[in-house]
Amino acid sequence: MITKIAWKNIWFKPLNTLLSIILLTASVAIITLLILLQEQFEKKFNSNVEGIDLVMGAQGSPLQLILSAVYQVDAPTGNISYTEAKTWMDNPFVETAIPLAFGDNYNGFKIVGTTPAYLEHYGAKMAQGKIFRENFEVVVGSAVAEKMQLKIGDEFFGSHGDSAEGEVHDTHAYTVTGIAAKTGKVVDNLILCTIPSVWAIHDHGHDHEGENAHNHEHAEGEAHDHNHEAHAHEGSDAHDDHHNHAEAHTHDREHDHDHDHDHEAEISEAGKEITAVLLKMKNKPALLSWQYMIPMNTKMQAASPGKEINRLFSLFGIGLQALQYLAYGIMLISGISIFIALFNTLKERKYEFALLRVNGASRTELLSLVLIESLILCVTGFVFGTIVGRIGLVLISGSSEEEFKMSFNPFTFVWDKEGYLFLLTIAVGIIAALIPAIKAYSLNISKTLANA
Amino acid sequence: MISTKNIAFSYGKGTSFNFPDIVAQKGSTLLITGGSGKGKTTLLHLLGGLLKPQSGEINIDNTNIAAMPDGRLDNFRGKNIGFVLQQAYFVESLTVLENVVLASWLGTGRQATEKAKALLVQLGLQDQLNKLPSRLSIGQQQRVSIARALINDPKLLLADEPTSSLDDENALTVADMLDRLARQFGTALVIVTHDQRLKDRFLNQINLS
Repeated sequence: MITKIAWKNIWFKPLNTLLSIILLTASVAIITLLILLQEQFEKKFNSNVEGIDLVMGAQGSPLQLILSAVYQVDAPTGNISYTEAKTWMDNPFVETAIPLAFGDNYNGFKIVGTTPAYLEHYGAKMAQGKIFRENFEVVVGSAVAEKMQLKIGDEFFGSHGDSAEGEVHDTHAYTVTGIAAKTGKVVDNLILCTIPSVWAIHDHGHDHEGENAHNHEHAEGEAHDHNHEAHAHEGSDAHDDHHNHAEAHTHDREHDHDHDHDHEAEISEAGKEITAVLLKMKNKPALLSWQYMIPMNTKMQAASPGKEINRLFSLFGIGLQALQYLAYGIMLISGISIFIALFNTLKERKYEFALLRVNGASRTELLSLVLIESLILCVTGFVFGTIVGRIGLVLISGSSEEEFKMSFNPFTFVWDKEGYLFLLTIAVGIIAALIPAIKAYSLNISKTLANA
Repeated sequence: MISTKNIAFSYGKGTSFNFPDIVAQKGSTLLITGGSGKGKTTLLHLLGGLLKPQSGEINIDNTNIAAMPDGRLDNFRGKNIGFVLQQAYFVESLTVLENVVLASWLGTGRQATEKAKALLVQLGLQDQLNKLPSRLSIGQQQRVSIARALINDPKLLLADEPTSSLDDENALTVADMLDRLARQFGTALVIVTHDQRLKDRFLNQINLS
């Protein structure tokens, strides 16, 4: 009955109530959103980086290298020579080395040349079919299969670069031989094939492309091979002067189509380029020393994902913190708003309180009436805030999914942090109602009624 | 019935009252009159347990409320004493019916909805049951507060200037109503007033001086 009166009282002054609830909802929503984002973001980032000690790639920004090679969200820093990389990959300090060669995309989903070890690393079992073995066989991630409606045996053409609008490489079709099980990691949004597939596609691409496309590719840092068969045997030397050769030979070979045989042709590794190598080290001290040794001795760099990700987190940690302070500020204001609303109505309500006492209500019942009114507001605000925060997450998830292939789950609960938030909200409610409630408790009925 | 013995009350320096002993039997009406500042309202609040006397006894059906602890007094008041105040106060967010039901709940712990309805109908308020109290006229509001005062079959009904804001016709109607209801409910009725119209209406009077 006291709760019923409290409920009716709240809605008797709908504007006051609305203001308090909106403020509470806003603050709880922002904090909930931050909690969920931070939690899932960090979990996603950390789960993808697990088991990768170093990433070897072209020199440039180490953060960019990590973002592109591990998270597939940024452009690569450039290419590295496969033969050069190989000498480090075969080093006894290395436990596993997974080479990556970026090339094309299919409707925005990256096609990455790699080895089956990549799937193994992310714990991606095959849901259907088998792992790629031959060139142009691909395994698609679960999200790709779902969104593109791909089945085993389907064929498709890739587009050049990492945007869906790139030039279509219609000389070779990829064939889906396997669909990976869902992992919740980057691999879900990738299409994987052998590294020679990427080389082969670009061998042909270049034969037919002009100079512009050529330069463009360098800028994009695709893994490609500029060498023609004539130069293949020159090995790494060809690497240095392949520009000239490539241009010189483009026109010569214009009419020399030989697609049918290229499929089977064993593609030489010499002079070929890849984009990055994910390394897991046996020898932990080497983890540190390689970060200095590799850039000193080669044109490559070795970046530590853990270090770079911590740097990234601390960068936008400042932004998150600012938002958090803002949200707590709003919560403080909502507490003050509840206090003012309760305190203001106290003057007119003291007759109501006196009347309740006359009718037999005890002091404690009045105290609880005021507290319950405040708590109803707070709980309502918390519930709405939790919902609104999750709606916000869905919206953010939608845009981040489109841009970064990273989605957030709004239905997870971070029990401890959200629990604290709930307790905080309740505490705000109790503190805001404390003075009005004590005033109601200690009301002198006789005096109130006599002075009427 | 209610009876008092030697009650004295003081607001601190200067103002202290020694009230004459009063007695009101079941179903009978006692009028307490006197000029302002003579302690009429103070006496009423003492009788209703809203104030506690410095000394003396206030017996309501052989229970001395002057000696009762606060918590039990709230309870006793809700169950056994009905108030009709000078101005009618309500829980503004509740309807007429809910206000009366609330009084039954506060007094007895049960929600006597049917009884509340019957009482309000008897007082001619059948069309106002689900309105907010602020939508009613002063006269209607006064009747609602009478219904509320009677909902728990109180042993004592206290009225503080119940007619001061009413015109002659309404004042007499309310006076008749209170008198009749006190008889019907078998409750002792004590009215505090300086209203001449009531002094003419009720014979059993005590004048504070």
